[in-house]
Amino acid sequence: MRAVITVTGKDRVGIIAMASAECAKYGANIVDISQTVMKEYFAMIMLTELDGLNTDFSDFSEKIKEAGREVGVEISVMHEDIFNAMHRI
Amino acid sequence: MLNTNDILQTIRMIREENLDIRTVTMGISLFDCISDDQARLETKIYDKITSSAKDLVSVCQELERTYGIPIVNKRISVTPISYVGAGLSPEGFVRLARLLDRAAAALGVNFIGGYSAHVQKGEIIGARNLIESIPQALSETELVCSSINVATTKAGINMDAVRRMGEIVKETAYLTRERDSIGCAKLVVFANIPEDNPFMAGALHGIGEPDRVINVGVSGPGVVAAAIKEAGSCDFSALADTVKKIAFKITRVGQLIASEAAKRLGVPYGIVDLSLAPTPAAGDSVAEILENMGLERTGTHGTTAALALLNDAVKKGGVMASGHVGGLSGAFIPVSEDRGMIAAAECGTLTLDKLEAMTAVCSVGLDMIAIPGDTEASTISGIIADEISIGVVNNKTTAVRVIPVFGKGVGDYAEFGGLLGYAPIMPVKNGDCRDFISRGGRIPAPIHSLKN
Repeated sequence: MRAVITVTGKDRVGIIAMASAECAKYGANIVDISQTVMKEYFAMIMLTELDGLNTDFSDFSEKIKEAGREVGVEISVMHEDIFNAMHRI
Repeated sequence: MLNTNDILQTIRMIREENLDIRTVTMGISLFDCISDDQARLETKIYDKITSSAKDLVSVCQELERTYGIPIVNKRISVTPISYVGAGLSPEGFVRLARLLDRAAAALGVNFIGGYSAHVQKGEIIGARNLIESIPQALSETELVCSSINVATTKAGINMDAVRRMGEIVKETAYLTRERDSIGCAKLVVFANIPEDNPFMAGALHGIGEPDRVINVGVSGPGVVAAAIKEAGSCDFSALADTVKKIAFKITRVGQLIASEAAKRLGVPYGIVDLSLAPTPAAGDSVAEILENMGLERTGTHGTTAALALLNDAVKKGGVMASGHVGGLSGAFIPVSEDRGMIAAAECGTLTLDKLEAMTAVCSVGLDMIAIPGDTEASTISGIIADEISIGVVNNKTTAVRVIPVFGKGVGDYAEFGGLLGYAPIMPVKNGDCRDFISRGGRIPAPIHSLKN
């Protein structure tokens, strides 16, 4: 399955490095990535392929959220279908 | 790739505007459990419910994690118990209520609905005995919800049942007097009750439904309120358009969860209910939507028009987003469950009369309204008769869930806790309607029910 990982919070050095390192650690392949900074507010969106995960989805989701909390950003991991359902006809 | 703004909008809706799935409800038919031996009936009902829904809660939790959206309630609706236990005495029905309570508790669901009867034209023995058992059943259970359909547009209004239900509401209030008469919060009197409604307390699994089915109720008043605020001072066409667009998005999430839950549970998907359901939480209020449209307080002049626009636009936006729409599908206005409604009732702008008018243009009816504990049973029947008439004549569902809070009067508060919230006691009229209610018999069906 493919999941959208969003990282939001106050901008600082190393957010992308942290998020991509977590993905690599658990075998999540980053398919696409975009990020913007608006008035010190950082928003990064990664589309990831999770078929090669070396753990289960819930565990991966919890671990990457925890890693985010440690550096003060909020991370969500959601199946891409919720976005497709909402925003595409 | 998906548009960044779209993704961030979804995240904002969930994190800040309380977007959630209000309920995933599994409907379960109990017709195959019928037996003339009560012990055997009970065993079969318990086994059918607990085996059919054994994975309901865990699958919903899995969906919450996968899609990142909260599913607030997991519920069960069953075939109206008056049919399943048609030969039972009132005491026998109370035993079944306790059994349903145990089954729901064992599964970890929030409520079980279907302690119900259809009596729009008259009562079978099972329906009469079930109605008699309601006060005791609701006072001895936690999770059981009861609904009685006293009228349809086709059949007219069974005024004997309306009269009796006024008394039943009072008795239920008395038996649950230690907890602000909370039993009445789990008892609804309906006109034109839907067969596939996933929302409580009126959920039941209708007789034309499949053996098992998944119905989903969406929520999201906070999302609609935020969208309207953002739209600013646009005209009514643009306002309706704003609501339609956001309702489409909300409903698509409901549709996604409904079809995924159905697939994972191996149960057919039934319907998505397009209701805007508030909670007592901040930013999760239907009243706030109306106030963002430009009303100083919900209940003031203009409220009915605002609600009519909202209700219609939600359906128009939602209907295209879902394969099958059903249930109640409209904005809910339960007073105790909506912070804005509570505030409007406290300051006297929102009255019982205005609420009655509002129910002519939205679902469902006079909902979660606390009234003085010394209100006469015949007055409650009068309230029911008025509300039910609106449903019958306008060919829509209406319902009454009022709580005559034992020992309390106007100026006091009733505290129900959790999603049921709290409410100021609202005044009722003091003119007597006993002679009207006690006439008995049926009010005939309206002429426009003859459509063939």
